[in-house]
Amino acid sequence: MSKLHVSTVVNGDPVEFLADPAMTLLDVLRDELNLTGSKEGCGSGDCGACSVIVDDRLVCSCLMLAAEAEGRRVATIEGLAQGGQLHPLQQKFLEHAALQCGFCTPGLLMASKALLDVNPDPTETEVRYWLAGNLCRCTGYDKVVRAVMDAAAELRQERV
Amino acid sequence: MARVVLPWDCRQFTGGQTEFDIEADTVRRLISQLDARFPGLGEFLSQKMAVAIDGEIHQDAWSSAIRPASEVYLIPRIGGG
Amino acid sequence: MSDVLDKPAGSPALKIVGSRPIRPDGADKVTGRAAFGADFNMPGQLVGRVLRSPHAHARIVSIDTRKARALPGVKAVITGADFPDVASEMHDGGESASNLRDLAMNVMARTKALYNGHAVAAVAAVSAAVAEAALALIEVTYEVLPHVIDVEAAMAPDAPVLHPHMFTEGLDAKPTTPSNIAKRNRLGRGDPDQAFAEADVVFEGRYTTQAVHQGYIEPHACVASWAEDGQCEVWSSSQGQFMVRTYCAKVLGLETSSIRVTPAEIGGGFGGKTTVYLEPLALALSRQSGHPVKMVMTRDEVFRATGPTSGAVILVKFGARSDGTIIAADVELKCQAGAFAGSPVGAASMTALACYDIANFSITGWDVVTNSPKVAAYRAPGAPIAAFGVESALDDLAHKLEMDPIALREKNAVRDGVKAAYGPKFTNIGFLETLAAIRDSDHYSAPLGRNQGRGVAAGFWFNVGGESTAAVHVGEDGSVAVVTGSPDIGGSRASMAMMAAETLEIPLDRVRPRIADTASIGFSMLTGGSRTTFATGMAVVQAAEKVVADLKRRAALIWEVAEDQVDWAGGAAHCLDPGKDVGPLTLGDIAAKAATTGGPITAQVSLNAQGAGPGFGVHVCDVEVDPETGHVTVLRYTAAQDVGKAIHPAYVEGQVQGGVAQGVGWALNEEYIFDGEGRMENAGFLDYRVPVASDLPMIDAILVEVANPRHPFGAKGVGEVPIVPPLAAVANAVRGAIGVRMTDLPLSPPKIRAVLDARDG
Repeated sequence: MSKLHVSTVVNGDPVEFLADPAMTLLDVLRDELNLTGSKEGCGSGDCGACSVIVDDRLVCSCLMLAAEAEGRRVATIEGLAQGGQLHPLQQKFLEHAALQCGFCTPGLLMASKALLDVNPDPTETEVRYWLAGNLCRCTGYDKVVRAVMDAAAELRQERV
Repeated sequence: MARVVLPWDCRQFTGGQTEFDIEADTVRRLISQLDARFPGLGEFLSQKMAVAIDGEIHQDAWSSAIRPASEVYLIPRIGGG
Repeated sequence: MSDVLDKPAGSPALKIVGSRPIRPDGADKVTGRAAFGADFNMPGQLVGRVLRSPHAHARIVSIDTRKARALPGVKAVITGADFPDVASEMHDGGESASNLRDLAMNVMARTKALYNGHAVAAVAAVSAAVAEAALALIEVTYEVLPHVIDVEAAMAPDAPVLHPHMFTEGLDAKPTTPSNIAKRNRLGRGDPDQAFAEADVVFEGRYTTQAVHQGYIEPHACVASWAEDGQCEVWSSSQGQFMVRTYCAKVLGLETSSIRVTPAEIGGGFGGKTTVYLEPLALALSRQSGHPVKMVMTRDEVFRATGPTSGAVILVKFGARSDGTIIAADVELKCQAGAFAGSPVGAASMTALACYDIANFSITGWDVVTNSPKVAAYRAPGAPIAAFGVESALDDLAHKLEMDPIALREKNAVRDGVKAAYGPKFTNIGFLETLAAIRDSDHYSAPLGRNQGRGVAAGFWFNVGGESTAAVHVGEDGSVAVVTGSPDIGGSRASMAMMAAETLEIPLDRVRPRIADTASIGFSMLTGGSRTTFATGMAVVQAAEKVVADLKRRAALIWEVAEDQVDWAGGAAHCLDPGKDVGPLTLGDIAAKAATTGGPITAQVSLNAQGAGPGFGVHVCDVEVDPETGHVTVLRYTAAQDVGKAIHPAYVEGQVQGGVAQGVGWALNEEYIFDGEGRMENAGFLDYRVPVASDLPMIDAILVEVANPRHPFGAKGVGEVPIVPPLAAVANAVRGAIGVRMTDLPLSPPKIRAVLDARDG
């Protein structure tokens, strides 16, 4: 089958690529665009390590066909820090030691970003349920939840 | 003489005895003396056993010192995840 | 959050050790820069895929690879025939010893497939699609054999035998017929029979657990290249690059020096990455094809062909006096090993009663092969299984004696000078302090509501030392590289840098920790057994001390004074000779003059660390049971642990919290479910449900610090103890909530519903 030509925007930059119709967005990000920050932990949308934000919506990039990115905006972990400055979520994950191996971290950060974009003042329960699609086997989530709550507080402060 | 206690597994070599008094100042000498007494036991100990000298575990440590009054336990090697 | 208790008395004021700096590899991990196993590529690489047995037990009659080889784009096809015969030989690759012949046959089946998922062939092709098409063209003729997975069924005299040459070791007389029982081990003391006869109270229980997977989120992945001159490169995610090198060399019949293994960042291991699965296959495919080969497992393959730890049966019997003194114990453990011998039953036996001082006991362990994936180490291998039985039984014993469960444990707790059940005498242990930390916690006395219960349990792990190498290199500007051979699985780079900076007395940001490939640093055992901060940390500190001695020597040369007239403090040499009017020389000052004072400033230390201090944990857990659904909610969890000295307390707490989460999953959700054909039915994260964020509360970690005098800063291993108590802590809490003892993990809603139905008639 011939490849499809796809025009999209990744982390704010226009991007074009050719993709087999069966290729997932994750395959293209990792193998065609060399954006290997998004991870594949399961390939079935269960672990969230491949989480990206497409047009303001949190998705598992392993469940989205690359061709579906046509005309959309894709945000990946590589675009979270801006101008050499870590995003407050990234900074708080480091300050709270909210990662051990770090494999799930890109997905957790993108999921947390999507949460704070729609809910700047989440409760602990809201954070836990929102992040329930992102598996972490190292931390027991304690420090992750604290980091997200702390980052939310800082972002609210910045907005004032 | 140090008091040496072997685990159950070693009875096949010693004919059932598991406690000995042995004159040895290092783990290496202890193993070679046991092997001289019970051929094959030395290799078994080297491969499968760690040594606890007065409570402290030594693994692959032939040079570790044994004092005359030491209590030496041979215990299964310890790994982990 | 943590309370840090019992600061070691008399230790010098520490500036860096014990603080909570940002980890040195942090920025890479939060920006997606960190390169894990699947993130590395080589020019011209092929894609490798594995054909796995669809049968749990089958003779491989023939494998016809001709059609697969003929498919355009296929560059290599390998089967068991492409590997040399490996002699049966135990090898201590770093942690749990492996039989190399079994390892080789697990990597690629020869005459028999021993579990559903066992590799029988592999291909390398120009794309994943071609590789998968090629797998479908390989024709394997199987003669399907009866299989057995349940541990007690596998021990039965009429069970299908996996290995016709396996005769049980450790029996009083060598058996005359083969069986699936690889080994019996026994520990004992005193006269248990007599003591049971004298006991006022006897309690007996039978407990069962299912196989569970380590559940690291990163699937196994590697890239391997076999060059035309026979030199091999492997890039892979593992707990030990030297382990990968050794095992690849043994399986393929190579010299270790011809293989260089570069460790990728590792996306979790928990013991499951202490062996090889893909690396030897990728090398063999690379040799045949002449191209580098990349292999990445799917999650389905991870579940079906790697890990797990044993499902087990645990029988426990306690005899006690009416005052709570336990005078007799009998423990029997039966553990699944999977397809090849080597379950963690030995460690399970040694840890089972390690927390308690019991005069008369007998422990028997059975290592049993089954038609399931060969078990791999999983965080304190065997100990959680044993503790589930022992700590559940203790809880019931406490009820029977009408004693507080912590008081019962305190009465029988081991302390310094007591001979451990597994042999040696304990020194510098903190079990009583850890029990007291829970007893005195707010949590332990907080009120409980309806349908709620509280459980406590204790746990033990030996912790190990072993072989490690570390190098400290001082740059010409006085900044420092600390190089080790120990993969950083949970933040150990931070503790290495902190210990080096503390020893050199320089700011932490002047130290960069690195993890080197197998050709760039001396041998180091893998990261496991809670050994890295202890043993590799010891090597780092000793190397830094050598650098300090060298710096003092150089300062003495510059100042033309005797070496004993130089002091090192605050990251600088200070001249003690009152006749010299000189200011201090900083590390940077001395480094800038390195050429004139003897050349590069560098030190390497290789050691075999002894004296790892054993660790004890005590956990308390509150649950609420929903009487309608049988669902268990963990409401509150507090874990206290003796950690010796927390080098970086935040990462120590993280180890505790992560271990608790895995233990809660083991207690409530996780299990391998097999169908009648021996096929795993839940080989995916949706159905094999590990705890998610909404399943857990905050997990309070109390760090108790009873220093280990054998470590420069007092550290003990911390990573494994935390998974030992939770299975029983949760089960004991459920008993508190519903008034009925549940003995079969996991405590899933259908089982709890059934118990409630029976209870309520």
